[in-house]
Amino acid sequence: MNPAVSFRGVSRHFGEVRAVDGVDLDIAEGEFFAMLGPSGSGKTTCLRLIAGFETPTAGDIRLFGESVAGLPPYRRAVNTVFQDYALFPHLSVVDNVAYGLMIAGVPKAERRRRAEEALAMMALPGYGSRRPSELSGGQRQRVALARALVNRPRVLLLDEPLGALDLKLREQMQDELKALQRKVGITFVFVTHDQGEALSMADRVAVFNEGRIQQVGTPAEVYGRPRTRFVADFVGSSNVLPPALTALFGGPPKWASLRPEALRLRPPEGAPIIGTVQGARYLGASTRLVVDLGTGPAPEDRADIAVLLPGGEPVPQPGARVGLTWEPAALHVMGAA
Amino acid sequence: MTALAETPPRPAREGPGGRLSDALWRRPRVLLALLLGPPLLWLGVVYLGSLFALLAQSFFSIDEFSGRIDRTLTLRTYGELLRPANLDIIWRTVAMAAAVTVASVAIAFPIAYYAARYARGRWKAVFYLGIMLPLWSSYLVKVYAWKLILAKEGIVGWGFESVGLGWLLNAFLAVPGIGGNSLSVSPTGTFLVFVYVWLPFMILPIQAALERVPPSLVEAAGDLGATPAQTFRTVLWPLALPGVVAGSIFTFSLTLGDYIIPQIIGTSARFIGLAVYQYQGTAGNIPLAAAFAVVPILIMGVYLYVARRMGAFDAL
Repeated sequence: MNPAVSFRGVSRHFGEVRAVDGVDLDIAEGEFFAMLGPSGSGKTTCLRLIAGFETPTAGDIRLFGESVAGLPPYRRAVNTVFQDYALFPHLSVVDNVAYGLMIAGVPKAERRRRAEEALAMMALPGYGSRRPSELSGGQRQRVALARALVNRPRVLLLDEPLGALDLKLREQMQDELKALQRKVGITFVFVTHDQGEALSMADRVAVFNEGRIQQVGTPAEVYGRPRTRFVADFVGSSNVLPPALTALFGGPPKWASLRPEALRLRPPEGAPIIGTVQGARYLGASTRLVVDLGTGPAPEDRADIAVLLPGGEPVPQPGARVGLTWEPAALHVMGAA
Repeated sequence: MTALAETPPRPAREGPGGRLSDALWRRPRVLLALLLGPPLLWLGVVYLGSLFALLAQSFFSIDEFSGRIDRTLTLRTYGELLRPANLDIIWRTVAMAAAVTVASVAIAFPIAYYAARYARGRWKAVFYLGIMLPLWSSYLVKVYAWKLILAKEGIVGWGFESVGLGWLLNAFLAVPGIGGNSLSVSPTGTFLVFVYVWLPFMILPIQAALERVPPSLVEAAGDLGATPAQTFRTVLWPLALPGVVAGSIFTFSLTLGDYIIPQIIGTSARFIGLAVYQYQGTAGNIPLAAAFAVVPILIMGVYLYVARRMGAFDAL
């Protein structure tokens, strides 16, 4: 079966800037795929390349096995949920949702019925006659989703769709989006800079940096076995260990990552590694402790490592000497630099 | 820390200026009245007052023998306005204003769209300069320049001749109603100069309206399957319509009221502005001039009402 979306050596340069630089990627049909990366990493440009708002400088993009080179956005079987939702301010909610159907020439009664259906699916029944400006951010987001899904696209593209929502609503929408994707069975391609969002929702994640894909894998793979220092650093709040420190933790002298939650405190007497507590940050369910494993007082001798203390455990004061143990399996040595 | 704590509270402002601003801060309504009073007085008394005085004149009549104004209220002057010769003037003016407005929209929209969507930095400055520069020079200079451009031996005629298309221009000038001896004495010439002179007043409001349309709306329309033509019809045009209406108020009413361009360029056929000018001046028939002046006001009122009913201001 052909992948829903495939990139082969795709680049998009804006003058000197290489927004996307030689990307190869396959997204399977029915997959919830996240593109994760900091701003300017090329993830949004990749999404816009799929939608057709940008044309690649080099390389080939295929949708379901067919090249989309030279195909304008309005000839592609994909729909986009925009970061600012891009609802038409001069149209009512139901006319916004029915816009794609109107363009496709669906008769008025039929498109009204389907738009109302889509609004009902998004838990917005009876909102049809309102203007977008009368809706809250979360409601606009649902209208944007309904407007895209009512066209039954084969791929739905979502550009930071939760970015404008507050935390509570964002978490709720994460669950809803995931459930929605299972229900409609459409391929979702989701762009985000929030690693928590990517890990919790996606079937697979591509981590972007400086226009290139650093790693593609399931959330567990990307989180637990980062391929590069960048991935280890960006995905989660991992400790990135330089070769010397890796050796201290019993690994080969290479770069490695170690999750803060894989470390445990114990009394310093007889502990394999001893350090000094530098500070603590209370996170609610846990406390994040910074421990200096350095050998001397000079700044260059410092080697800070983060430890996640589960809630309920006593939090040592800054300056206290603590011992550390860890799960050896959690130490992940990175192949690439 | 201690330095902050030891800083004394801000001292009271000294002098009458300080006391005045404190007093106005406490009474914002007084400040508002002071700021709005003079302009409202100007608008209400000087501007609207003189306008109503003019309108009142249209209900007077003129004694045909003595040429004196009879100050009894009557609709006789309006009856005079509805004579075929005067209706002809009104019809000619409205048709010209409508043609000028439509042509201005057609020319202004692409320019405004480019300026709003693509021009950045230096090009934006070039755009504004290009639009405003013609407004810096005298209106009369521009109109007389156009008379030369459109004259029989002018650059337009010369251009047509030198590419061997002189016959085409002559055939066009032979069309009754729009042609004439040369472009500079034809209704087409009047039309061209009107469009040239009022174009900036159409470009700027459309550009301002398009500036407020986020680019993502155009992308969203394309994403939902709309071709560029459909996107224009269903998204760009409705959202730009308030700007188009604002611009057309300028081009329409300026054309309705202008009395200089039709005098210099075109046939000797009269326009409303010219009629007003002649009746209040040489003819001394102020009531009829006032009645003529009412016509553009009525037309603009009807135009705005229709525009509103058609939803032109829904996107505001």
